[in-house]
Amino acid sequence: MTRIRLVQDELRPPGPPSRRHLLSIADLDRDDVERLLGTAQSFAASLERHVKKLPTLKGHLVVNLFYESSTRTSSSFELAAKRLSADTLTVRAAGSSVDKGESLKDTALTLGAYDPDVIVIRHPHVGAPQLVARVTAAHVVNAGDGTHQHPTQALLDLYTLRQELGRLEGLHVAIVGDVLHSRVARSLVEAFRLVGIRCTLVGPPTLLPRELPAETTTDIDAIRDADVVYVLRMQSERMQPGSCYVPSLREYSARWGITPERLRPGQKVMHPGPMNRGVEIDPRVADSADSLVTTEVRSGLVVRMAVLYDVLTGGPVGVRALAAAEVA
Amino acid sequence: MLFWKNGRADTLTIRRAHVVDPTEKIDEILDVTIEDGVITRLGPSDPSRLEHRVVDGTGLVLAPAFVDPHVHLRTPGREDEETIASGTAAAAAGGYCAVLAMPNTDPVVDSAATLGALVETARREAEVQVGFLAAITRGQRGEELTEMAELADAGAVAFSDDGVPVASAGLLRRALQYASITGRLLALHCEEPTLSRGGHVHEGRVAAELGFAGYPSLAESVCVGRDLAIAAYENQPVHILHLSAKESVELLYRARAAGLRASAEVTPHHLCLTDEAVRSLDPNVKMNPPLRAERDRAALVEALRDGTIEAIATDHAPHAAHEKEVPFEDAPFGVTGLETAFAALYTHLVRPGLLSLATLLERMSAGPARIFGIERPRVAVGARANLVLLDLAREWRVGERPFRSRSRNSWLLGEKLRGAVALTIAGGAVVFE
Repeated sequence: MTRIRLVQDELRPPGPPSRRHLLSIADLDRDDVERLLGTAQSFAASLERHVKKLPTLKGHLVVNLFYESSTRTSSSFELAAKRLSADTLTVRAAGSSVDKGESLKDTALTLGAYDPDVIVIRHPHVGAPQLVARVTAAHVVNAGDGTHQHPTQALLDLYTLRQELGRLEGLHVAIVGDVLHSRVARSLVEAFRLVGIRCTLVGPPTLLPRELPAETTTDIDAIRDADVVYVLRMQSERMQPGSCYVPSLREYSARWGITPERLRPGQKVMHPGPMNRGVEIDPRVADSADSLVTTEVRSGLVVRMAVLYDVLTGGPVGVRALAAAEVA
Repeated sequence: MLFWKNGRADTLTIRRAHVVDPTEKIDEILDVTIEDGVITRLGPSDPSRLEHRVVDGTGLVLAPAFVDPHVHLRTPGREDEETIASGTAAAAAGGYCAVLAMPNTDPVVDSAATLGALVETARREAEVQVGFLAAITRGQRGEELTEMAELADAGAVAFSDDGVPVASAGLLRRALQYASITGRLLALHCEEPTLSRGGHVHEGRVAAELGFAGYPSLAESVCVGRDLAIAAYENQPVHILHLSAKESVELLYRARAAGLRASAEVTPHHLCLTDEAVRSLDPNVKMNPPLRAERDRAALVEALRDGTIEAIATDHAPHAAHEKEVPFEDAPFGVTGLETAFAALYTHLVRPGLLSLATLLERMSAGPARIFGIERPRVAVGARANLVLLDLAREWRVGERPFRSRSRNSWLLGEKLRGAVALTIAGGAVVFE
């Protein structure tokens, strides 16, 4: 994981290594991914119990700083911290001093004054998590920065794939839709490469960046070869007015919408949410037994527990932690 | 992608014509037999089997019929100026077996519904095959892309905002990217509006003397340069409409030499006239782009000869008489051309020795067909007969016989030309004689 040097690091005597963050999938190697998925699985087992709370992070403070709307990510980070007995503090841009024009740096410094152990940040602009990591002493977890990265989404998708298909290496996933504006796709492409999943990007030529290290095609029929079809949302809010990426949502839907007719029987479908039913995904697909959408949400909780645990402890979930869980 | 009423399939033999098909490398006196619309025999005809019709081609040239990649059929909206029936009849009289119609009608061809209605009309009344281009942007307003995939499925042969440029470079880039899924070409009208604004006549000595606002060749070349750069960056093919300026030719030459799939067309009037013709103040020499200087004309002829420009397009633009019978500055841009193109070019370029007949025939037929991916008219056994019989000796005066077009805003009215179309066979049927 990234070790970002604090601005004031140079002034400090050599001490323990700088903090662990999760800012991008690029921060991880394959061992990191295996460890995180393994930790998540241990937590999943613990959640089967009658008492679902673990004392693991008791006394730690996790701050959720959300500058963009979010249902899944913010709720699962909050619940993940609570399941690990951490204190949580959720700050949303709307209704905070951000409305009064406070800069990200000043907000981060303010929250940093409470000595949080982890700051989880979502922000519409690329690089916001890096700034927070530079100006605070907390471990920083990127919950989505602009069109750049959403590493915990990619990890929870790997977790879901392994749970549902039993393996990662050798799978073939087609990512369909607005790749250009998708931080999820950027994280997934790197994550898939790390674990040996073949990845094909499918969509309108205007929404497929040619430079990503993945196969690309505009032909929707290419999804037939894939084990899993990963559907992306048309991110109208990130498109400049009049930028004309597609002539109409109607034509997008006719050409690239995921319908039952375009899928093989039994082909699994994923979507990071929120879905635009009837645009990128046919409601019949969204509600079918082959849709893994709610599984992804469930995976989100345990994977985010694993990430919080991992940045703070830097190791696999040990016997002690689980023993402590037993006691609790 | 091409539509017409597709009625008869004729049987006839054309005897002893001088057959010229540059692509098939034929240049000799032959008999050509057509049975049920298909060429079945090249060479001496079997006299015993000549119970069917025989046309004596002695002294005439038989060539692949012409393809016009750029006409305005004014339908829907201005059927008083041209209809699909009248425009295609004019095309047949000009030796054409196929024409491509521009979408700047009223309403603009920017939806599958509008295109579908045109296709239906063409199936009912088109004398020769018609391909319809659809608009690149809705209403040709340059703001939003049309539903290109659906339009291609509905039969659009290519896309163009002809009449106006795609002013936004960003939008043109998106259009090029998006059109790639349709396999259809973008045909671009290159004009930088902030440079051409208000201009009626090429910016040069003639405009200065006549007191006209100038429309500089720069207005075209700066846009050609931009559009070729965007196409090269996106590695997409483009077609440049009605090239008029020397600088544009040079840009096209360099782009092609660098490997870009860029093509262009030139009109008979830009090949035959210069802005000196505007001194007449005849609204029938007012068109967009305007007639340019001799250096431009010479560059266009040279580019046509060396193949940098692969196609001749009439930009046939009919206008109601009352709209052209106004002072020059008030007149709309555009001239007709379908019924005069071959004779004008034969008279002005081939006879003086500026262009070979074979090259002219190639640029009027195989060239445009190749660019737009439509079937190439050819003289070959097994091919559907798309042929034109030309009488190179005949002299005629433009306008002495009524035009088949509903409009008569020809830049050649009253001029004596050499070379006439004697017979046109399109899609296996005799459509003009």
